[in-house]
Amino acid sequence: MAEVLVLVEVAPDGSGVRKTTLEALTAARALGEPSAVVLGAPGTAATVKDALAEYGAAKVYVGESDEIDAYLVAPKAEVLAQLVADKAPAAVVIPSTPEGKEVAGRLAIKTGSGFLTDVTEIAADGTATQVAFAGATIVHSKVTTGTPIYTLRGNSVTPEPAAGAAEEEAITVSISDAAKQTRVVDRVVEQKSDRPELTEAAIVVSGGRGVASAENFSVIEGLADSLGAAVGASRAAVDSGFYPHSFQVGQTGKTVSPQLYIAVGISGAIQHRAGMQTSKNIVAVNKDPEAPIFELADFGVVGDLNTVVPAATQQITARK
Amino acid sequence: MNIVVLVKQVPDSGSERALDSSDNTVARASADNVINEMDEYAIEEALTVKESQGGEVTVLTVGPAGATDAIRKALSMGADKAVHVTDDAIHGSCAVQTSAVIAAALAQMEYDLVICGAESTDGQVSVMPALLSERLGVPHLSGARKLTVEGSTLKVERQTDGGFWALEAQTPAIVSTWDTINEPRYPSFKGIMAAKKKPVETKSLADLGVDAGSVGLATATSQVLDFAGRPPKGEGVKVTDEGDGAEKLVGYLAAQKIV
Ligand SMILES: Cc1cc2nc3c(=O)[nH]c(=O)nc-3n(C[C@H](O)[C@H](O)[C@H](O)COP(=O)(O)OP(=O)(O)OC[C@H]3O[C@@H](n4cnc5c(N)ncnc54)[C@H](O)[C@@H]3O)c2cc1C
Ligand SMILES: Cc1cc2nc3c(=O)[nH]c(=O)nc-3n(C[C@H](O)[C@H](O)[C@H](O)COP(=O)(O)OP(=O)(O)OC[C@H]3O[C@@H](n4cnc5c(N)ncnc54)[C@H](O)[C@@H]3O)c2cc1C
Repeated sequence: MAEVLVLVEVAPDGSGVRKTTLEALTAARALGEPSAVVLGAPGTAATVKDALAEYGAAKVYVGESDEIDAYLVAPKAEVLAQLVADKAPAAVVIPSTPEGKEVAGRLAIKTGSGFLTDVTEIAADGTATQVAFAGATIVHSKVTTGTPIYTLRGNSVTPEPAAGAAEEEAITVSISDAAKQTRVVDRVVEQKSDRPELTEAAIVVSGGRGVASAENFSVIEGLADSLGAAVGASRAAVDSGFYPHSFQVGQTGKTVSPQLYIAVGISGAIQHRAGMQTSKNIVAVNKDPEAPIFELADFGVVGDLNTVVPAATQQITARK
Repeated sequence: MNIVVLVKQVPDSGSERALDSSDNTVARASADNVINEMDEYAIEEALTVKESQGGEVTVLTVGPAGATDAIRKALSMGADKAVHVTDDAIHGSCAVQTSAVIAAALAQMEYDLVICGAESTDGQVSVMPALLSERLGVPHLSGARKLTVEGSTLKVERQTDGGFWALEAQTPAIVSTWDTINEPRYPSFKGIMAAKKKPVETKSLADLGVDAGSVGLATATSQVLDFAGRPPKGEGVKVTDEGDGAEKLVGYLAAQKIV
């Protein structure tokens, strides 16, 4: 069977693979037999190997070197390009993170290939589905040059376990000076949260300008915690200083696609929709019955968030 | 410090946008076209660097003839001059091809720093600077929320989930910026008047030495096969809170087996 390379995204805290990797391994099976590629500092592969075997990786290519983490993106693209030249895979699948997209782009130039970003589905014949214009248009596209490279949008494929041999093969890492131009001097974590990661969460509760203050975001957090959900925010809430930018959902923020998205005090501007339109279930709470968010909502409550949301939180907690 | 800012004209993300069913490319002629919002932050950053370091800010745009509107806007904010690459053969190009055109234009310019938006609001591919870095062999400091220039050393805070990475590289380099980096200025009346007299150089593919057959729809590295509007959602339920809103909401979640 044709080999498909899957670039592994490792959790930054060393706790294993990100869910995006399991999604990519699952999506890659449509095209052939997935082989995982682990690139990082020495010791990285040991933290992820079991998960890769559980999700069908036939081989695990391991390229470990301190230089991979010391410089931005370019080293990973260089090692991956070498592997593509050696193994001539049918395709390469990469999680669609900012880093993943940069790797994909560089790999495309190095290997003379085309790439498709943010795909939500890959069919057996290589046709990919992309979502354009804030989710309003569904596009089918195909790479016509070189080795097809796809970046897979998070939460669009459900990870399915499949036994894989996960046979380890070390790859030599020799990084050229050209790939060592941007140094990563430090990695700084500013906010630590016990809530699920926004783009991976099954439930997201987002607050907008209607929440009215940073303090009042505790109403949103309360509902989120009662549901085990992640917290999101509209750009108006972020720009008003109610919540940090890394939680912004929308065109210039995160794209989420959870089982349930609850929009509280959010009007539903097209740029906000761009980040949440593909959620399976959408619930809205807004005091304006004409708010455009209700056009998307499976269930909407017209009312004041300051009464509806705390009461709902209480009832959900009471059911447990 | 000579700075080139990459500016793209896009259909307004706040209005209806569509693909053209005759060749599956963006319907630009019928759209309400504006400067890519992300690029306003790139222009602002370029002007800020110029104010502290001296030098010139040149706008570079690859796009149809009508893209001059976006160029004028950038000039009215304070950029000094512009290069507009326009050629009918570019229509329908993929990101790989577009990057070859931009790289060829940059190769004819003198720059210490290239600044661009982290993504366009139409294609949203967000890889253009990485492609250019790869083609030109200059470093890329991506996703900046902060840029500091110290002589020939560039320092960037790359925005990440819940924090940032501190990056460093030497000029010449490419920096891509997010909308968290600054607050773009509005063009002043004086700026708008001055922009009308600023030089805009138009270049064709032949001027850049790029083979017209290597770009455009026919030889793109990827192809759009078909597209369709997203199927409309079924009518949702909307209730008005009369003291029972929370109860109905929780009832809905229970029916969906979420609680
Ligand atoms: C290029 C570009 C990119 C953008 N990117 C993004 C993006 O990534 N994400 C994003 O979200 N936006 C983005 N925007 C901004 C977007 O256009 C909207 O301005 C923004 O989404 C509005 O946020 P909001 O819904 O919270 O605020 P508003 O539109 O002000 O809506 C607030 C809502 O709260 C309701 N409300 C007020 N008080 C209460 C109450 N007590 N109880 C219940 N309801 C109440 C109001 O009825 C109203 O509907 C972008 C814009 C541009 C131009
Ligand atoms: C819905 C849609 C999906 C697409 N998907 C793909 C795909 O998967 N693969 C692919 O190869 N192509 C794709 N394309 C084509 C691609 O968008 C164009 O080739 C485009 O010219 C370059 O990509 P971008 O605008 O998305 O760049 P981005 O990388 O998102 O833009 C980043 C920055 O680069 C600069 N920039 C980008 N284009 C120009 C320009 N023409 N002139 C000056 N500066 C510029 C701007 O500063 C911009 O902020 C897609 C297009 C659309 C409309």
